[in-house]
Amino acid sequence: MKHAITEDLLIKKVKDNFRHDIIETTVYKGEVTHLVDIKSLRAVCNFLKTDPDLRMNFLCDVLGVDYFRETPRFEVVYHFYSIQRKHRIRVKVRVAENEAVPSVTHLWPGADWPEREVYDMFGIVFEGHPNMKRIYLAHDWVGHPLRKDYPLRGYKDRYNPYGEEKPEEI
Amino acid sequence: MTEREEIIATREVTLHMGPQHPSTHGVLHLILDLQGEKILNVEPDIGYLHRGTEKIAENLLYHQFVPYTDRLDYMCAMSNNLAYVMAVEKLLGIEITERAKYIRVISAELSRIAGHLLALGAWALDLGAMTILLYAMREREIVLDIFEEICGARMTLSYLRVGGVRYDFTDSIKESIKRLLELLPKRMDEYEKILLGNRIWIQRNRGVGVITGEDAIALGLSGPALRASGVKWDIRKDEPYLVYDRFDFDTPLGENGDCLDRYNVRFEEIKQSMRIIKQALRDLPEGPFNVDMPGLVPPPKPDVYKNMENLIHHFKYVSQGFKAPKGEVYSAIEAPKGELGVYIVSDGSEKPYRLKLRVPSFHNLQTINHMSKGRYLADVVAIVSSLDPVFGECDK
Repeated sequence: MKHAITEDLLIKKVKDNFRHDIIETTVYKGEVTHLVDIKSLRAVCNFLKTDPDLRMNFLCDVLGVDYFRETPRFEVVYHFYSIQRKHRIRVKVRVAENEAVPSVTHLWPGADWPEREVYDMFGIVFEGHPNMKRIYLAHDWVGHPLRKDYPLRGYKDRYNPYGEEKPEEI
Repeated sequence: MTEREEIIATREVTLHMGPQHPSTHGVLHLILDLQGEKILNVEPDIGYLHRGTEKIAENLLYHQFVPYTDRLDYMCAMSNNLAYVMAVEKLLGIEITERAKYIRVISAELSRIAGHLLALGAWALDLGAMTILLYAMREREIVLDIFEEICGARMTLSYLRVGGVRYDFTDSIKESIKRLLELLPKRMDEYEKILLGNRIWIQRNRGVGVITGEDAIALGLSGPALRASGVKWDIRKDEPYLVYDRFDFDTPLGENGDCLDRYNVRFEEIKQSMRIIKQALRDLPEGPFNVDMPGLVPPPKPDVYKNMENLIHHFKYVSQGFKAPKGEVYSAIEAPKGELGVYIVSDGSEKPYRLKLRVPSFHNLQTINHMSKGRYLADVVAIVSSLDPVFGECDK
């Protein structure tokens, strides 16, 4: 029973408030996902955090997915959890290459490192992030490893003789 | 602070602590901005152990990735196995057997004990109480012996598999665990006497690295470190997975959110884990320890040699793996260090299209600047230890 109520809240309440900004809502294995227009990401996030029924106060993770052959190419996924209300929600935005995503660090300071990780691994820039630089890899690293067109063994250089040859445009 | 102290202020110094410093728990590199011995800013520089685990996962069959999860938080490999196989099982939509659920609970709690023991030991060592490290290692050794009895490995276990566990629990394993449960409480009392009866231990931890529950939530802190700030959130209680809802255990909480509370919470959690294991051992049902799905679980090895069909199943499992339906799932467990989540995007093939590990050490480390600001250099050592980062996990 509780399940149904929560789903109603997570789906209906969010949809009612953002009728035109939510492109798609899916429920898969009991997990609610809203695909949101990138322009209204900040507004949706703000709503999720401040709404008294939702109270998504804990940002679990921010991550990127590279849908190599689709346009727009990337997806940035946010996982939220409400410690008081004990429910989870997933918000996604589609991002084109060279398009910036508004940062949510002003709402959840904990988004700092995960957003840097997304930048490091996919090259997606977060606008308004206080410290947008690589986190895992060296600052002079070339390429973004979790992109699907980045070779598994990396690019060939003097330290990596088994890597692939670098294409010209990089 | 008196005016006199302000005057002694010296030039600002930037100091690099790590990545090869004995108290940085592996390869943590902290860039400290210091005014005398006072911390102005701490910037962790991570990534020295980055191995591209997520990229590797995209190129492996689902069942081939289990051994890689051992190498995330290598102090408690069972929990990592559990988080991963649960995510795959959620994606596949399968329900594992009752016995496997109990075995998994026992394994995960044993690894929590092993992980917390090492956390306490290393912490005490960093603050100069080397005895505790040796004691904790001695007890951890017993847990590792049990792991060896269960699956033959001590550290990189790969014991859990999609659809169940790799080997059954024998009676002798149960006996070994019972012996551990008898022994550990006495030993824990010893630690308590040595540590909490020690003025130095108390002084170096009490009031150090204070963080309020609100700040901790905002910064993404989870697990025992968050509970030490008084936030009651334990995934085992709030979103029970496996059979945690059938056991009677408490969620220890702290009040002040300082290092001493984080120590107390971990210490109590070991005791609660023992309670869970005791109940799980008592209720451990008989039955199969794997699901009966030849595509997901390879047949037992002796049968492979005797039976043609089993040989085919085995071969197909090893060479092709299994397909997972298209979709995306996120599954989180309460690992010893916090919320360990696995997010899988599947495109319907045998390999994950994208696998994201939400590792607690990574998110927990973000709080270090908040906790250390305005404290002294020596406190940073206590704060790092109290967060218990493991770099296999943090750097992935």
